[in-house]
Amino acid sequence: MFVWIAGIVLLLAKIGVILAVVLVVAAYLVWVERKLLARMQVRRGPNRAGKFGLLQPVADAVKLLTKEDTVPAEADRTIFLLAPAVVALTALLMFAVVPFGPPLTLWGRQVPMVIADLNVGLLFIFALSSLGVYGVALGGWAANSKFSLLGGIRGAAQMISYELALGLSLVPVVILAGSFSLVDIVAAQSRVPFVLVQPIACAIFFIAAVAEIKRIPFDLPEAENELGAGFHMEYSGMRFGLFFIGEYVHMQVLGALVAVFFLGGWHGPLLPGPVWLLLKMMLVCLVLIWIRGTLPRLRYDQLMALGWKVLVPTALVNILLTGMIVLL
Amino acid sequence: MKALGAGFATTLRHLWRKPVTEEYPEYRRALPERSRARIVLTHDPDGGERCVACYLCSGVCPVSCISMQAAEMPDGRRYAAWFRINFARCIYCGLCEEACPTAAIQLTPDFENIQRDILKLVFEKEDLLVDGCGKDKTYNFYRWAGVATAAGGKGAHEREAPPVRVRSNLP
Repeated sequence: MFVWIAGIVLLLAKIGVILAVVLVVAAYLVWVERKLLARMQVRRGPNRAGKFGLLQPVADAVKLLTKEDTVPAEADRTIFLLAPAVVALTALLMFAVVPFGPPLTLWGRQVPMVIADLNVGLLFIFALSSLGVYGVALGGWAANSKFSLLGGIRGAAQMISYELALGLSLVPVVILAGSFSLVDIVAAQSRVPFVLVQPIACAIFFIAAVAEIKRIPFDLPEAENELGAGFHMEYSGMRFGLFFIGEYVHMQVLGALVAVFFLGGWHGPLLPGPVWLLLKMMLVCLVLIWIRGTLPRLRYDQLMALGWKVLVPTALVNILLTGMIVLL
Repeated sequence: MKALGAGFATTLRHLWRKPVTEEYPEYRRALPERSRARIVLTHDPDGGERCVACYLCSGVCPVSCISMQAAEMPDGRRYAAWFRINFARCIYCGLCEEACPTAAIQLTPDFENIQRDILKLVFEKEDLLVDGCGKDKTYNFYRWAGVATAAGGKGAHEREAPPVRVRSNLP
């Protein structure tokens, strides 16, 4: 009984720490992104709230929380109010299966440094990223505005097409690691990170995942200069904030997944595991910001052509080659 | 691929460049003399009010933010009994300045004119009047116009011949 209660407390503590870290990092990721983008455009970026604008996330949060929460008169109220939560929730839930360190030994017991070591962790992640589509599509549809609807439809089509390439790109990783569990995948990279073995799979996964989290150059669902703000156009206050949190948590999820699948997860010399994972996550996030500062948005047909004509076939060929080599 | 690399290299290079931002409250760029912001009413070089309350500025104003009431001094000189500009409406187009026949109403480069309470943006004549002549240092309407006032009787104005005496001028 005591062990059982201690286990629950430990689990809650792990969840709390991860949630806190993820949300704080999400808030400061916004700041880092605004600063870096500004510097790439030879501007200064936020520098008024606190030293170097470090209090900017706090100011943003206060602003979003005190704004009026408007719901359009013709909107489908329930779905409209629910959609942002779906986006933020599915993004946060993905962290449940990410291992952030080697198992810890507390009072003679092994404590895994992961919230849930699912044996289908990879499928869990795909399932959640598919569910995230609902937030975008329904949010765009429920607002009852044509631009939101266009954004939502684009989001659904884009995310469903890129899901395929995303899934196929990870098959070689599963072949090499021999498991769907993220813990086992990280363990399989204790000597060599998979990015050296599977650079093509890594590239496909990265591109597809960028499309999956709707970031530039694949931000067609938002497309602020064609659709206003796309699927979240009618949202205000903290509901918009939830979409925003969802986007930045998705950035971290992408960072964590690239780290887990290709960069060796928490493996690294000298520093402890969680620090390595955080460093690798941040590295991926910085690359994402760099991409945002550089590339223009794709046209919709280019997006579809890239997904179906380039990424999916390449991923299939990659699976074939990997399978043949493993068999031989 | 090469083009992609060049693009990424460009953004990376710009990361190390010094920002060109001029930070506003700390650094105020000197604005050109003719930039259009807060409106003032000026005096003529002799110290009188220039405004003759002709309503031209109020008539030309596209947002109708200027209103006034004309009055006349004992010597026949016109002035505005009250003059009001609603800066909450003003779009700083400068048409009033162009319309003004006496160079009384002028736009200044002072743009830091902002209030929490919108009614504080309604400026009365006392708020608008400034000492000095503004952009035109020499012009005095009543020295040129053929109106008899304390500034000069008939024939006493600039480039004005004395009036012809109709009765004594006969052959």
